[in-house]
Amino acid sequence: MKRVTLFCGHYGSGKTNIAVNYALALRERGLDVALADLDIVNPYFRSKDSTPELERAGVKVISLPFANSSVDLPALPSQAYSLVQDRSRYAVLDIGGDDRGAYALGRFVPYLLEEDDFEMLYVVNFYRPLTTTVQEALDVMHEIEGACGLSFTGIVNNSNLGAETTAQTVLATSGKAQELCRATGLPLFATTAEKSVAQEGMVPIALQKRPFEA
Amino acid sequence: MSEKVLMKGNEAIAEAALRAGCLHYFGYPITPQTELTAYMAKRLPKTEGGVFLQAESEISAINMVYGVASTGKRVMTSSSSPGVSLKQEGISYLAGSDLPAVIVNVQRGGPGLGGIQPSQSDYFQATKGGGHGDYHLIVLTPSSVQEMADLTSLAFDLADKYRTPAMLLADGTMGQMMEPVELPEPHTSAVDKPWAVTGTQMKRKHNIINSLYLSPEVLEKTNFERYERYAAIERDEVRYESYMMDDAEYCIVAFGIAARVAKNAITAMRKEGMKVGLLRPITVWPFPKDAVHEAAQKVKGFVSVELSMGQMIEDVRLAENCLRPVVLCNRAGGMIPGVDQIVEVTKALMTSVEGGAR
Repeated sequence: MKRVTLFCGHYGSGKTNIAVNYALALRERGLDVALADLDIVNPYFRSKDSTPELERAGVKVISLPFANSSVDLPALPSQAYSLVQDRSRYAVLDIGGDDRGAYALGRFVPYLLEEDDFEMLYVVNFYRPLTTTVQEALDVMHEIEGACGLSFTGIVNNSNLGAETTAQTVLATSGKAQELCRATGLPLFATTAEKSVAQEGMVPIALQKRPFEA
Repeated sequence: MSEKVLMKGNEAIAEAALRAGCLHYFGYPITPQTELTAYMAKRLPKTEGGVFLQAESEISAINMVYGVASTGKRVMTSSSSPGVSLKQEGISYLAGSDLPAVIVNVQRGGPGLGGIQPSQSDYFQATKGGGHGDYHLIVLTPSSVQEMADLTSLAFDLADKYRTPAMLLADGTMGQMMEPVELPEPHTSAVDKPWAVTGTQMKRKHNIINSLYLSPEVLEKTNFERYERYAAIERDEVRYESYMMDDAEYCIVAFGIAARVAKNAITAMRKEGMKVGLLRPITVWPFPKDAVHEAAQKVKGFVSVELSMGQMIEDVRLAENCLRPVVLCNRAGGMIPGVDQIVEVTKALMTSVEGGAR
């Protein structure tokens, strides 16, 4: 397992949920973990929404100084450097959507390349309108790689239809996920599914709560 | 209907517009509607003949809309509250020139720059004018991501049918939330536009798109003619949802995100044996006056649930014509009324109507 894990993808693909779940899973193994919310694109649904839960579990949370303040400022937290410079701790990075979000990663790239102990995972939901085909998913991947200057090392298939997701919803995308892996030569890191519908071979994840939903 | 996809409300509007044959979009990014602009920026350059342009301001965007609408092509602009204020002059010109176009307002808290959290406080602006002169917009209020798509389609069709600008009045939650959507099938305008500026080919008299009439007699005539069309819209295009109203003794009126919270409140109150129903306007202009008026004949009171200081409540009062008490249940500035608040306000209304029986 690599020390640093980066989650990138099309916005709305589920990066934040996956990053939060992954950080908690590492913590459950007794590892020292920090999670950084480096989403400079979306001022709403963020890793930071899960801060109380993460901190209760003992995950250190680093987020943008203005996250959830309704101040729409794409400023990065200075503490984020500790994730790449302090090699004693595992780090999970939640990167903002698309190539725009991936620009934020650029400044950390030299450190990541020097240490060479990172995994950069592409989170894809084939039910999202701009990544419904393998070709579209590839296009977004290449845009992100171009923006941040790093190459992906694996794929997370997080295909879902929100509250209407069933195991079949997820299984129906396995062909596309395999094709994306073949086209890129990358391994399928995981197939994820909300814990109540997850079947064998899927990693069950818990969803972040959104206050206005029933 | 096509296969389901998972979309943000803002994206659903954009995709539905594309499927309604809207290949021209002009806008300027503003939270919380930016995903709509971003989606159009990605998709339109890949379409045949499509144009995406990020204008230098909201004012220039709405005037680009005027230009394209003059040629009879389907066209859209979108913004959030402060940006929609900037567009008002252009909207009045569209109305005065009888041009079909779709304007999206994903509302945020105001007045002024306000904040980036959801609001419904542009209700007056959308339904009572906003710009100058005698005019109305057809105003549609989605309450789910599915309706963000469906009502966008409808907005284009109604705009063409009645030669009027139409507005999709959403809010920040509708724009940002993700839900599964069945996207509308691709379609185009079913209406001929002989008035459009498309080149005469030297075969007909040229068309003029204009809102300037220096003769007051002629200007008056255009106003009366336009109001005949508005009368037809008020007669034929009112849309609303009636929820648990059959045996209701109290009626909540709410649209958009407020209606979703209201439904949860009704579920909670019904469990306690309280007979409460919901009228959800889907068009707020034309407002479902008759439905509210009919409800007033049998319910004991109304609760208007709004993310504003109380704007729609004026239309509720006009429609129920002082027959029953109407109370406001509201939050403002980007806050959303909760189930508990709606239950509390409804119970207080019951107590005042029924003399403390509960």
